[in-house]
Order: sequence, then structure tokens, then C-alpha cells
Amino acid sequence: MPPIAAPDQINPGIEDVIADAELHKHGSDPISDQTMIINMGPQHPSTHGVLRLVLEIDGETVVSLAPDIGYLHTGIEKTCEAKFYQQVVPLTDRIDYLSPMTNNTAYALAVEKLLQLEIPEKAQWLRVLFNELMRLNSHLVWLGTHAMDIGALTVFLYCFREREQLLRIFEAVSGQRMMTSYIRIGGVSMEPPLGLFDDIRAFLLDFPSKIDQYEGLLQNNPIWIKRLKGVGYISPEDAIALGVTGPPLRAAGIDFDIRRDMPYSSYEKFQFKVPVSNDSDVWARYVLRMEEMRESVKICLQALDGMPEGRIVADAPKIILPDREQMKTQMESLIHHFKIVTEGFAVPAGEATSSVEAAHGMMNYYVVSDGTAKPYRVHMRNADYSNLQALETMCKGRLLADVVAVIGSIDIVLGAIDR
Amino acid sequence: MEPAILDTQAVFDKFPEEPALKALSDLAAAAKYDREELTVTVARENIIPACKAIQAAGYNFLEDVTAVDWYPSEPRFQVVYHILSHSLKRRIRLCVRLDSENASLDSIVSIWPSANFYEREVFDLFGVNFNGHPNLRRIMMPEDWQGHPLRKDYPVEGYR
Repeated sequence: MPPIAAPDQINPGIEDVIADAELHKHGSDPISDQTMIINMGPQHPSTHGVLRLVLEIDGETVVSLAPDIGYLHTGIEKTCEAKFYQQVVPLTDRIDYLSPMTNNTAYALAVEKLLQLEIPEKAQWLRVLFNELMRLNSHLVWLGTHAMDIGALTVFLYCFREREQLLRIFEAVSGQRMMTSYIRIGGVSMEPPLGLFDDIRAFLLDFPSKIDQYEGLLQNNPIWIKRLKGVGYISPEDAIALGVTGPPLRAAGIDFDIRRDMPYSSYEKFQFKVPVSNDSDVWARYVLRMEEMRESVKICLQALDGMPEGRIVADAPKIILPDREQMKTQMESLIHHFKIVTEGFAVPAGEATSSVEAAHGMMNYYVVSDGTAKPYRVHMRNADYSNLQALETMCKGRLLADVVAVIGSIDIVLGAIDR
Repeated sequence: MEPAILDTQAVFDKFPEEPALKALSDLAAAAKYDREELTVTVARENIIPACKAIQAAGYNFLEDVTAVDWYPSEPRFQVVYHILSHSLKRRIRLCVRLDSENASLDSIVSIWPSANFYEREVFDLFGVNFNGHPNLRRIMMPEDWQGHPLRKDYPVEGYR
């Protein structure tokens, strides 16, 4: 057992903060008398969680900026290695907790690739439907908190009014408001209840008018415009070099969306536009996400209109839990149920990567199997982690107050960064 | 799904037009095509030339850098790079195998600055050293943490 660190080593003092900033300082000129090191977070309300920034400022201008992360690190990747494959699904909910079903989908796709499972069409379409509703959910939280950071508190309440309706839909389909675990290996966990599709349709038909309402609150507000336009610029070359994905990448003029360019879960059967902008500032990211919400509504309506009939899970009795009725009446199903719950199911050895377009950008799951019932390694690549690396480039030379606007515009969730 | 091809030469024969394989023909130590994914293994000293070659071949975007610990077998560590091409709309997986005695390789931050956080994460959680990294410090765990949690000989419950 390693020795326990002395208490003064556990809590870093101001010397460590300064040493931190010294290490992160870019360029060769030494810290002059005019610059100042300040600490922002990890409890700062506009850092969207427990992000800590060490800023070097010259007056009000940001000279350098270093994110310090890890406050929410819970070792999910290590925990996954000690669980059966199906037990990992609830852990993935907690990565990017604003779009749990997108996480579920990415994980399920990777394991299904290892198992070489065929997923029935209805399950794929349900995945598309709920992935897009998750995008709305995540973008609503983004808009509300982003506007609140800038000082427009009202929008937050309007966004959460609509988010409440979405959470009720998620609760109706999965039994849980946030940690849904609805999308499972091999399909989805249960048939949506009768009448739910009508509720979703009613919500979707009403929702575009709500987006107009948000825009009405923000778009003509001179403070909103001045705080957003021209702030947080990043060139497309820098965006690629720094690993930026999702809306910030498309706002920089790179037309790449995994849903369209590397389709998964039958996204190729849906018609939708991928909004792109060339301005690459906070305003462009705002406009682009608003457009994305409108496109998501269209995708959801297509999914509701064309929802195929059939099974919602793959035909693989040794992998997918039988339904309750079968389990209680058929011996074979009871054995399968018992075996899956107690021993899990073996997954053929190999490695697989899945990639989905989450609300924040590219989300990859890299799963390695050694042929047993527990994953040998699960690695999550979240857009938030690499988008955060671009924060310094976006903020350098700008005012300190702009840092808040830029953090809002890259839309980070610390659960996805720290894992 | 297409069957897996595990033989290096057969992979090169199957995809004669693949720009990444063309670029890596001299550097690849092994290659496989499994579950419609292309994996190329290169030697430790070739990682920088391999990344430069693959970048020139159109694979412009580094998705992530991670590692797998194959303890107790040797070579112990497998460092994995996922590289995407925005124009070809494909990804390739680049691997490097490292022995436990000398778990270090060159940093690719000079080629893709986005590797910065990912290499720090691998250093922190696996204890793999990246030579030439501008700021190789722990990123997830506290600065004074002992051990590397994602190693297989580190207990899931931790030591404390």
C-alpha cells in the first residue's frame, strides 16, 4: 500500500497555482509585472460544472489560459472492466449526462460490432428518434445556461419548460427522467407505451414555434449580439489541429457530420440538412445549434411517420434478456435469463470502435474484448474533452468576460470530460 | 459483415488503393482488417514518420490516443491512435506495442496538437511516457497520486 500523502500536499496552495500557470505559459517572454494569475472555478457558476481555469491576465486581456480538469474523475473506464457487458450500459448514462441515450447508442454499437449482431429496423429507428430528442434536450440546456451566463436569465426558464416535456417523454419510455439506459446491447429495452408517439408528435409540432420564441428573446437584444458576435474565433486549420468536433467545427466551415458522412443506425434513410457557417465565432455556434434543433425536429417527425413494425431487439436469446412472459412460461428462456444475469455473455475477442454524432460533437467508444463476459477495455472519446483544448486559442487576446461566453459556446459537460 | 483478414500481406493485397496503406507500406510491422476496421501496427521508433505519412495521405484528424494494458503478457502496452479522414470519411487505427521495461515513445503533439490532453491521460492512467511532450503531467488524478489506475495490476477498488 503506498504511503498516504501529507495533508499539505493534498491541497495545492497559491504557489502551486502560480507554478501551474508558469508551466502552461506559452511563448518565450517571461511574466512581466503587469500580468496577473487568477483562478476561475472549480465552483464558478459559468464553468458548467467543476472546470477550473488558471488564467494569466494583462489588465482585462487574457494572455494565457490553462484548463485544470479531473475534479469529477470517477474512473468509469476502470469500473467498466469489472462489469459484465450489459452492466456497463447504466455507467455510460453518466458520462454525458445531458444525452444519456446517445452514450448508450455509441456503446451498444461498439459491442454489437464485436458480436456482429444484426439490429432490427424498428430498434434502429427508435434509436434515431431518441438520439434526436436527446440532441434537443442537450441543446435546450446549452441555450438556457449559455444565455444565463451572458445575463439573459429569462431564456433559461423557457428552455427548461420545454426540457421538462422531454424528460417526461424519456420517463414514459424508460421509467427514468435522466439516467435512462433505454438503448441496450441488441436493441432497446422496451416497447414505447401506447399513445407516446402521439405525445411526441404533439411536442414536435409545437416545438419550432418555441425556438422562434427563444430567438425572439435573444436575437434582437443588443447586449446578446455584442457579447457574441466576433468573439471566440478559431480558424478551420486550428480547429482540425486541436481536435474540435461537432457544432464548433461546423461553425468553422468544415462540413462534416457523422450522421450524414459515416451513417450509423439507419441515419442514411433520413433527409436532413447539416448547417454550416464560416464565421467561427460564438454567434455562429449559437445560430448553428438553433438550426440543428430545427433539423432534429424534422428527423424526429420522419422517424415517427415511417416507424417500421417488428421486433425491438435482435434475435439472439443468449445475449438479450427474454421478456417477462416468456421467462415465466418457457424453461429455455428461464435458463437464458439466469445465465445472462449471473454469468453475462462472452463476446468474441477483438476490438471495435463506434462513432456517433452526439449533441456536443463526435462521440467514440473503443471496446476491446478478450473473449470473456467482461470488457477488457472501454475507452470513451467525447467531443467535450478535445473541444476544451481549443478554449485557449479561442480566448487568447480577448477580454476576461469573453471567456464565459466562449465556454458556453463550446458546450461542455464535465462528466464527459473527467469520466 | 466481411470476414476478418489477419495476415499483413493479405490486407495490403486487398486494399491496393487505400492511401493510408500506401503511405505506411514501409513502416507497417503488422496490419489487420477486422470488423470492417483497418488496424496498422508500427514499431515504437516509427510513430512520428507513420503519423506524418498518414497525415500526408489525407487522414487529417486525430480522434484520440488511448492505451490497452495486456498485463502480464509482453509487450505489455498497446498505444492506440484513431485517425479520421474528413475527405475519405474513413478512420484508421494505428497501434504501437511497448514493453513494460521501457514504456515510452515519441509524442505526436508536434503533428497534432490535439494529442496533448490524450497523451497526458495515457501517461496519467497507464504510466506510458511520451518523449518531447510539452507538459507531461497528471490530468485526471491528483498531482500527488501514486500508481496508474488503468493498469491491470491496479485493483479496481484502489489501494485505500
